[in-house]
Amino acid sequence: MPIERTRATAYIWLMSMTDETPIPKRPSGFWSYANPVKFLAFSARVLPVLWWLSGICLIVGLVWGFFFTPDDFRQGSTVKIIYLHVPSALMAINAWFMMLVASLIWIVRRHHVSALAAKAAAPVGVVMTLMALFTGAVWGQPMWGTWWAWDPRLTSFLILFLFYLGYIALWEAIEDPDTAADLTSVLCLVGSVFAVLSRYAVNFWNQGLHQGASLSLDKEENVADVFYVPLLVCIAGFVLIFIALVLYRTGTEIRLRRTRALLARETRA
Amino acid sequence: MMPDLGKYAEAVLSAYGVSLLLLVLLIVWTLRQGRRARRALQEVERRRAPDA
Amino acid sequence: MKALLRRDLILAIRAGGGFGLGLAFFLIVTVLVPFGVGPQSELLSRIAPGILWLGALLACLLSLDRLLALDWEDGTLDLLATSPLPLEAALSIKALAHWITTGLPLVLAAPLFGVLLSLPGPGYLWLVISLALGTPALSVIGTFGAALTVGVKRGGLLMSLLVLPLYVPTLIFGAEVARRGADGLQTTTPLLMLAGITAGVIAIMPFASAAALRVNLR
Repeated sequence: MPIERTRATAYIWLMSMTDETPIPKRPSGFWSYANPVKFLAFSARVLPVLWWLSGICLIVGLVWGFFFTPDDFRQGSTVKIIYLHVPSALMAINAWFMMLVASLIWIVRRHHVSALAAKAAAPVGVVMTLMALFTGAVWGQPMWGTWWAWDPRLTSFLILFLFYLGYIALWEAIEDPDTAADLTSVLCLVGSVFAVLSRYAVNFWNQGLHQGASLSLDKEENVADVFYVPLLVCIAGFVLIFIALVLYRTGTEIRLRRTRALLARETRA
Repeated sequence: MMPDLGKYAEAVLSAYGVSLLLLVLLIVWTLRQGRRARRALQEVERRRAPDA
Repeated sequence: MKALLRRDLILAIRAGGGFGLGLAFFLIVTVLVPFGVGPQSELLSRIAPGILWLGALLACLLSLDRLLALDWEDGTLDLLATSPLPLEAALSIKALAHWITTGLPLVLAAPLFGVLLSLPGPGYLWLVISLALGTPALSVIGTFGAALTVGVKRGGLLMSLLVLPLYVPTLIFGAEVARRGADGLQTTTPLLMLAGITAGVIAIMPFASAAALRVNLR
């Protein structure tokens, strides 16, 4: 029953509640954040810490990486791009994964905050994907002699970018927020399956044409310890800034939705 | 203080420049949107307050 | 089920859009490509398998927004949803009807267009096989896209944006079969992958389509 009550209060708050509506007491724990009021209070408490922490991590990691790491003997100074490329690529994929989880939670348990969190994460994922693509192209230019190679990894990221665009476009196109949440969740599920499928297809496709060995990008293998620690700091920074942005944006979505519901009530009254 | 970037200076600097610009734009956009949403909600709530 | 299939087919033929439009579009794409890349036949024969696959894919895409939109407007979909026939089955039938009216003609006409692009000799058989195996997947995936966007006014462009990324695996393996066939190489692996994708998609996608359509009919 606690789940039912959480869901009901969340719904009341979003759709029609007045400030006077008492919010029943519920057991604490992870699911209690499905209540928008509780979520907003929580994120208001956590966000300043997150902003600061992510800022510190990013600055420390990037400054360390940019100024105080040696050049790679083979790649020269371009190795410094790794501090942007790897974390952003990582977050581009993880953002989609987070959207998938949030969509599943919405489909199974109908928590509005979850659906809105998925919506809030999408633009962040787009920016991360763009960043990974751009840094990859800039890195590829001196290393491979071309801005763009149809390397499996690059191609997969381009496809991921298209998936993000479609997802956002579907959110924008549908008026009713619950319908939009349902449809985008289904799209996210199906898209995830196809994204994985495309990844394998693309792998096959390029190897089928020409041997990819000279373009192989296996970074994990040639990363030495000097680069490893600042890279970890950068990754931590990107993860933190992603969480902060998603929390903040989810709060924005919640407020927008409540404003919408209240305005609808005004016109009805 | 600037490290010697050698012949790849352009690549490295543009990667850093564009990435940080994208990140800053995303943050600024997010904050502006959030602030606007907050203001809109406050206004609607205030309009409702008198009759309560 | 048969009645539904027959109804869809008759409607498509009567409206004239089904068979003709997709084929005409396919033809136009095939004709325009040489204008774009130049008339050298050795270049054309190299890119022919890919162009033909791409043309077929786009022709399929073109007719998708008619797949559900008309039935949505006149309320047929509401009737289908309340009928004893599961929505999943109804959508599979609709996808089948779409394939018969668009995919099948494309498969049959593809060798003809292959001549226009001077497709190498061994390529014809593989082109037809790969299209015959791949186009059903295109129809089924397209039905999903149509079900997602059926409630959106002027959703055609949005649907293309949603559906095209989903077409990537089918296109890659399908075109790979055709290309390897044209080059006289072994085609078994991509052919099996293509068949696997088509089979999986036919088995699973109707459920996703029906879920999306139920949300839209709510």
